[in-house]
Amino acid sequence: MKMKGAEILINCLLEQGVDTIFGYPGGTVLDIYDALFRNGRINHVLTAHEQGAAHAADGYARVTGKTGVCFATSGPGATNLVTGIATAYMDSIPMVAVTGNVGLSLLGRDSFQEIDICGITMPITKHNFIVKDVNELADTIRKAFYLANSGRKGPVLIDILKNVQTDECEYVPVKPEPYRPLPVSAEKMAPAAKAIAASRRPLIMAGGGIISANASPLLARLCESQDCPVVYTLMGKGCMPDADRHCLGMIGMHGTVAAAKALMQADTVIALGTRFSDRVALNRDMFAKDKTVIHVDIDNAEIDKNVFSDIHVMGDLYEALSTLLPMLEKADRSAWLNEVNVFKAEEKIKKDTNFLAYKIISAASAMAPADIPVVTDVGQHQMWTAQHYSVNKPRLFCSSGGLGTMGYGMGAAIGACFGSGKPAVLITGDGCFNMNMNELSTAVAQGTPVAILLMDNGVLGMVRQWQKIFYGRRFSQTTLNKRTDYVRFAESFGAKGLRINCESEVEPVLKEAFAYIAKGEGPVLVDCRISEDENVLPMIKPGMTYDTQLTDMEEK
Amino acid sequence: MAEYRKDPKKSTIAALVSNRSGVLTRISGLFARRGYNIECLSVCATEDPDVSRMTIVLIGDEYMLYQMIKQMDKLDDVKKIGCADELDCVYRELLLVKVPASAEVRGQIVEIKEIYKAKVVDLSPDTMVLELTGTPSKLDAFLKVIEPYGIIEMQRTGVTALARGRHTLKDRDCYNDNI
Repeated sequence: MKMKGAEILINCLLEQGVDTIFGYPGGTVLDIYDALFRNGRINHVLTAHEQGAAHAADGYARVTGKTGVCFATSGPGATNLVTGIATAYMDSIPMVAVTGNVGLSLLGRDSFQEIDICGITMPITKHNFIVKDVNELADTIRKAFYLANSGRKGPVLIDILKNVQTDECEYVPVKPEPYRPLPVSAEKMAPAAKAIAASRRPLIMAGGGIISANASPLLARLCESQDCPVVYTLMGKGCMPDADRHCLGMIGMHGTVAAAKALMQADTVIALGTRFSDRVALNRDMFAKDKTVIHVDIDNAEIDKNVFSDIHVMGDLYEALSTLLPMLEKADRSAWLNEVNVFKAEEKIKKDTNFLAYKIISAASAMAPADIPVVTDVGQHQMWTAQHYSVNKPRLFCSSGGLGTMGYGMGAAIGACFGSGKPAVLITGDGCFNMNMNELSTAVAQGTPVAILLMDNGVLGMVRQWQKIFYGRRFSQTTLNKRTDYVRFAESFGAKGLRINCESEVEPVLKEAFAYIAKGEGPVLVDCRISEDENVLPMIKPGMTYDTQLTDMEEK
Repeated sequence: MAEYRKDPKKSTIAALVSNRSGVLTRISGLFARRGYNIECLSVCATEDPDVSRMTIVLIGDEYMLYQMIKQMDKLDDVKKIGCADELDCVYRELLLVKVPASAEVRGQIVEIKEIYKAKVVDLSPDTMVLELTGTPSKLDAFLKVIEPYGIIEMQRTGVTALARGRHTLKDRDCYNDNI
């Protein structure tokens, strides 16, 4: 059947099972939006800003595992996607970003709203395409979806010239080929199996790769059969229930004491789907230096990139663990498991500190339905959430790990709601919220049930904490001095606004907020007035080793 | 634990890549972004017009070499890649060099080019253009001898490499056989 390029695009998206697009129209995507309107089978979420659309597509992808899709026009529309694409790239999130561009006759002439978005996004996409011929459009879109959601996942951008959207060609529907990761042979897995069997104090370090490979059930079986404790990276949060007796919480700069102690005591580190980022390894030359390091990752380039491994296996985590499990005999390491559980119990007692943000986040964790996603922005509140909010299933925790994008949360929470079909909790800070709070209007317009817990301390808490530690308390530009009344702000947007001033208000206000989102009518913002002097602890300073973990703040 | 050679060494990477605009930017960008410098690069279409062959020389330790090969291999436009130094390869490079060739020195230059089997491809009353094909080290040696006469301008193509015997880059299953 002969079709216009714009119609081919919409049909190809339907081929791929796309049900929701986040985007913003403009001059060079008018034909695409016209085709979208006339087709009527795909839900489009109009955001306030293209960055919000990119983060929403990212949040959607994290909770569903499907490829998130966002649309933007040429020029500024396309450049506004950049931070969202980079966020997805750093966290290996499958995304397809579609941008329009000027027609071929105007291309390369610095025309109105023309930008070389392929050039700009080259280092932050797995691949990108500029489509200049309608005959190549359908296959390009199919390839983009395949690339985004195969191997190590990531964002792909397709830049479609305006004339391609109106040119016609024959369209033949194609059923997408499902991605089948390559099996991992027993031969490749054998050295790892042998090392695990020989180890007396193994520790699994689970990263985002477990979640993207949907390998959580296999991970659970592995630690059950091996009596092996697990620590997770920020990206791995949710891969193992926080409540599980094998789980010691997060590892890294702000990881738990139990995780750090277990790491120091372990004789073998089994790193699964993690890339030893500087926020986890801290000092990459010293990290697990005296231990056997087994590294399993789908990306060969991650092997020996940051931390050298003794044994490495390249492959999809689901495949790798499927091969590994039958190779291992049930082992009894209960003494080791008990030892690390003592660390965990000691920490629980110490956790009983007095600060309000902790009380709010742990109360939210206890009160919010267990099956709804929790999204964070970036900074102190992000680390508090990672430490104190229990996530017991994969794909229920969305946070910008690699890029650390302030302003990620609002868009991502909207995407997480659309992806899960459930309400979501967004934990954010006042610094982050101010970056993309425009998307609150999107949540209102769409009736998206997000409970926004705004950790409002009037400062850029994490930067301020570093100024306390490293810069002699010179608080350069980290005091916000805003006079925004966030409750009235929320109400003026058509959202519900609530406030927590003190501990006694935590429970009743959160109860009201969660009851409100349960109705599914729209967002509620809770302005949580916390102290500017709450710190994120424990902490290991950048470049330092795990034996230098601080549990008290030494302020200079 | 993996042991990597730490001393910087010249290495040659050979790759089959899509013959499409933007591919060179993609690859050179990859080097720049990781802070590595391309020592020399030669690229041209192959017997298959959709495929170009690239030969890249870089100076660095083994960690850097393997990182670059692995990172390049992730690009969709890179079809096959290998480290030429790990195969038994023939290396060739072409040099064009313009030197002063007044009557007094012309004889001496011709004598040098005879030894190196270079060719005179242009002669004007006071200049001469010489062409020499060979391994990069042969070209280096030739230039060293020619240099005292003054080099007006020169261009080297960068090294190209092909494996001896029946081995081909396109038939290799996986670059990391040796990594």
